[in-house]
Amino acid sequence: MRARVFVTLKPSVFDPQGKVIADALHSLGYDGVADVRQGKYFELELSAADAATARTLAAEVADKVLANPVIESYRIEVD
Amino acid sequence: MKFGIVVFPGSNCDEDALHAARDLFGQEADYLWHKDTDLKGADVLILPGGFAHGDYLRTGAMARFSPIMAPVRAFAERGGPVLGICNGFQILLESGLLPGAMLRNRSLKYRCEHVHVRVEQNDTPFSSAASVGQVLRIPIGHGEGNYFAPSDMLERIETNRQVILRYTDAAGRLDDHSNPNGSVNAIAAICNEQRNVVGMMPHPERACEALLGGVDGRVIFESILRAVERPALQVAGRSR
Repeated sequence: MRARVFVTLKPSVFDPQGKVIADALHSLGYDGVADVRQGKYFELELSAADAATARTLAAEVADKVLANPVIESYRIEVD
Repeated sequence: MKFGIVVFPGSNCDEDALHAARDLFGQEADYLWHKDTDLKGADVLILPGGFAHGDYLRTGAMARFSPIMAPVRAFAERGGPVLGICNGFQILLESGLLPGAMLRNRSLKYRCEHVHVRVEQNDTPFSSAASVGQVLRIPIGHGEGNYFAPSDMLERIETNRQVILRYTDAAGRLDDHSNPNGSVNAIAAICNEQRNVVGMMPHPERACEALLGGVDGRVIFESILRAVERPALQVAGRSR
């Protein structure tokens, strides 16, 4: 099974990289881009029998390692 | 007294810390490899700067799983003095031994320069020889030193007087230009609630010899010597 984990900074946390990318896009004339938030994307290949087990495993890995709960939150997709 | 310098794969300020403790302050000092599980009788622990395990995921994220961190945590929990410098500070944050987290510097640039920091509290084992309000000139070298804590956590940190150093100008005044990384409330160093664990982004071990451009870092080491000599703060050294 495959899980996709999207780790992003919480909305209340300033994202210096996202800010610079937004500024760069504005300098290229993309005024329609109001804001940018940069995050991390992980693809996990899992030995799991079903989607629920895969999700549980991915969530444990995300909680423990992939995301820092002080500043980041995550979203998981399983297929 | 004996210093234990924790070495992770990727640590690169371990020799500087050992040199300061042993050669400049005449103390016993030994390295503790990250796979070790005993602290070799150390009275004070330093987690030095560097890039532990490469810092590929987040700074300090993997180091907290190193075997040495279990005895480090136990040592800290029974009151033993623990100092994290730069990457060591980041490791203490990721380990939950200190509150908060580090973000990329707001400039996105690695900053390597001397900065001024003002001593905010001197009732920790790592600031007891300094005076409150004293301004120290100490180098930094980091890309992720932008200290962050959610507002409720930050309020608790301030209420408990856990901010030990703040970035200021040379006269000790807070101003945004003197904040090299965008840290919230200009925080350069904090301690835990028990006040025995301190993390700081500036490198005191690089500021102990005039040859290296300044000696303001000495007061951090002088504090350690004083703390371990003084019975009130001698919790860890004597308890084992």
